[in-house]
Amino acid sequence: MPLILTEEQTMLKEAADGFLNEHAPIAHLRKLRDSKDADGVSRDLWRAFGEMGFAGIVIPEEHGGSGLGAVEAGVMAEALGRTLTPSPFLGSGVLSATVLKGGSAEQQTAWLPRIAAGEAIVSLAVDEGPKHAPARIATAAQRSGNGFRLNGAKGFVLDGHVADALIVAARTEGGLTLFLVDPKTAGVEIERTVMVDAHNAARVTLTDVEVDADAVIGAVDGGETLLEGALNLGRACAAASLNGAGDQAFQTTLDYLRTRKQFGRLIGEFQALQHRAAHLYSEIEIARAAVMGALNALDAGREDAGLVVSVAKAKAGRVAELAVQEAVQMHGGVGMTDEFDVGLFMKRVRVLNELLGDAGFHQERMARSQGF
Amino acid sequence: MTDPETFRAETRAWLEANCPAECRGPVESDEARVWGGRNAVFPTPAHKVWLDRMAARGWTAPEWPAEYGGGGLSREQAKVLASEMRRIQAQPPLASFGVWMLGPALLAFGTEEQKTRFLPEIVRGEIRWCQGYSEPGAGSDLASIQTRAEDKGDHWIVNGQKVWTSYADKADWIFCLVRTDPEAPKHLGISFVLFDMATKGVSTRPITLISGKSPFCETFFDDVRVEKENLVGTLNRGWDVAKHLLAHERTMIGAMGEVGGGRPLGQVATGSIGLDDEGRLDEPMLRARIAELEVDAAAFRLAMERTGDQVKAGQAHPAIASMLKYYGSELNKRRHELLMAAGGSDALEWESERSRHGAAARDWLRTKANSIEGGTSEIQLNIIAKHLLQLPGA
Repeated sequence: MPLILTEEQTMLKEAADGFLNEHAPIAHLRKLRDSKDADGVSRDLWRAFGEMGFAGIVIPEEHGGSGLGAVEAGVMAEALGRTLTPSPFLGSGVLSATVLKGGSAEQQTAWLPRIAAGEAIVSLAVDEGPKHAPARIATAAQRSGNGFRLNGAKGFVLDGHVADALIVAARTEGGLTLFLVDPKTAGVEIERTVMVDAHNAARVTLTDVEVDADAVIGAVDGGETLLEGALNLGRACAAASLNGAGDQAFQTTLDYLRTRKQFGRLIGEFQALQHRAAHLYSEIEIARAAVMGALNALDAGREDAGLVVSVAKAKAGRVAELAVQEAVQMHGGVGMTDEFDVGLFMKRVRVLNELLGDAGFHQERMARSQGF
Repeated sequence: MTDPETFRAETRAWLEANCPAECRGPVESDEARVWGGRNAVFPTPAHKVWLDRMAARGWTAPEWPAEYGGGGLSREQAKVLASEMRRIQAQPPLASFGVWMLGPALLAFGTEEQKTRFLPEIVRGEIRWCQGYSEPGAGSDLASIQTRAEDKGDHWIVNGQKVWTSYADKADWIFCLVRTDPEAPKHLGISFVLFDMATKGVSTRPITLISGKSPFCETFFDDVRVEKENLVGTLNRGWDVAKHLLAHERTMIGAMGEVGGGRPLGQVATGSIGLDDEGRLDEPMLRARIAELEVDAAAFRLAMERTGDQVKAGQAHPAIASMLKYYGSELNKRRHELLMAAGGSDALEWESERSRHGAAARDWLRTKANSIEGGTSEIQLNIIAKHLLQLPGA
C-alpha cells in the first residue's frame, strides 16, 4: 500500500477538518475550560460525531459503524489534534471499540451501535502508576461465586468520569483479563482529574467490585492479545494526533514568521529562524511518514505492526514536542500568554506524549525487538 | 501486469535461485561494493555472476523503461523486489552514479541517441561515471563555475578544474558542468556535457582525506575536445539538468542514512560490549541513544518510501529531495558516532588486520563529508526555507 491517502481517505480528511473547524474549533475547548464545564466534553458534539460517521469509523457496518480501518481512524485523530477538540473518539471510538470487537455477540450488540451513534462513552482502564506499563498491571480479579471480585486502582482513564461503561484490565490466575464494568457498581469510585490540557480523564478505584462471569470480554486469561491490539491502534492514533497538533503549531508559527516585524524586518527573514523552521519541517515530514507507515502496517495486519507503531509514537512524540517548544519560543512573549493558542498546543502535546507510552517506552520496545 | 502476489512469489523464487551465497549479508565496506566500468573490480567471482544476472533482467535499474535495458517495473513491483532482496540480505549488484544520478537526468533531458547509447551500458555496469560539478571557487555557490567550453564549430575545447570529483581516477566518463556563455547571468551560461575521461588533456589527482583514503580527486582539463553531440539538454540551460540531477544525488546521499553502515547498530554494540543479565546491552546510556537513533532511522526509511510514493502519484515537491538529503546525511553521521562509541577503543585502531585496516574509524570520518557533498546541510535548509516554506527573503 502506498504511504499516501487514497481519494476516499482525502475526502474523509476534508470532511473531518471542515466539521471540526466549524463546530469544534479551539474556541470550543476554551469554552469548556473557562466555563468549568462539569463534564469537560460535549455530549452533543459526540452525537454529532455519530451522525457524521466519525464515532464509528472502526466499528463494523453491521453494528452501525463505517467499517473502516486504521488509516481512517488516524485521519480523524490527526484532525482532532489540529483543533485540540476534547472528544471521546480516542477512548471510546478507538480503544474501547477495538476491545469490544473481540467481545461476545451480546457485548458487541449492546455497546458498539451506541458508540457508533455517539450515544455511549466507554472508557478503557489500563494504567495504574504515573507511567504507561501494561506489563505491570496489578489490579486483581479473583474468582468469586459465579463471577469475579476486582480490586485495584486505575489512572489516566480517558473520559472515565462520564463513562457509561468501563473496561478494566485486571490480572487473573493465568494472565490478563478484560472486564466490562458498570461504573455504578458498588465499590467503584471515580474521581475526575482535570488535566493541564483541559482534556478529560479520571482515576478509578475498585474495592471488592463484584462482576458476573459474562462481564469478561474475550477469554479469561486471554486479554493480553486483545488489549495489545487495541493499545497499538490507540498509540498510532495518538501519534497521528501528535502530528496534527505539532503541525498546526508549526503552521501558526510560520504565519507569525511571515508577519511579525523587528529591526524593521520580518523575523522570518532571519536565517537563524529559517534554519530552525526548515529543520522542524523535516522532522514533521519524517514523523508523518512514520505514522502513515504504522497505520498502514496495522491495516495490512503485518507481524511487525506493533514495532512500526512504536516507531511512530516515539518519533511523533519527540517531533511534536520540538514543534511546540519552537512555537512558543519563536512567538516570544505572546507565546507565553493564555490568549495565544500556541500554549494550548504545548499542553496537549505533553498529555498525548504521556498517553499510551512515551518515547522512552516505545524506544525500549524497539531496543528489545532488535535484541539489544 | 502480473498481480502483486504472483510477482512476489516469482521474484522470491528467482532471487533464491540466482543470488549467490557470497552476495548475501551486509556490505562491510566501500571496497566491497561493485562499481562496474571498464576496469571493474569484483570482491569475488560470484559478484560478477550476480551483476550479470540482475542486469540481464534490468534489475540494476528496476524502474527504468525496458527499451533502455531497465527492468520496466512499476513502483509497487520495485518495492516488492527491494523487500524480497532485503529478506535474503541480497547485496545491491551494482553501485553506480550512472544509475543513481546520470540515468534519471538522461531519461528526462537526453536525446533518443544518448539514451540508446548510454543507458543500457549503465544498466549492465559496463561504464563508470563521475560527476564534474564543484570547483575550487564554486562550492556551495555552485552556479559560479568557471570551467570554460569554447565553441569550435562541431566541438568545444574545455579548460578548467574540478574538485571533489568522486572516483574520478577510476571513472570511464564524466558528466560535467561547463560555462558556455561567460557574458550571461551565472545560472544562464552553463551547459551539461559528457565526455570520456581517457580524452587527451584530462588528468586527475586524488585528494587524501582525514580518513586516509582518497575517494575524491582534483580533475584538470587542458584543451579537452568535447563533441557537440554530447550536450545534454539545451545549450546554456545546463543548470536545469544540473538541478534535476542534484535532486537524485541528494536522495542518494540521503539514502545512506537508510542503509547505514551494514550491520545493525544494536548488533555491533552487543557484539562489542555484551549483554546484562536481562538481555539488554550492558551500557544503558549508549543503549538509549542507539534506540533513539534506530527509531529515527526506521522513520526515515518510511519517509524515503513515502516520497517515492508521492513522486509516482505526482504529489512530490522537487525540493523534498533537500529534506531527505539533509536528514539522511545527519542521521548517517549520528550512526557512525554511535558505531564508534559501540566499538570503544577497538574502533580506534588504524592499521591492523584485526580492524580491517581501521575500517570503523575510516568509515566514521568519511561520513563527515555527507553533510557537505551534494550541497551542505545549510544549503539544504536554505532550499527548504525558500521553496517549501516560502519564508520571506529566503
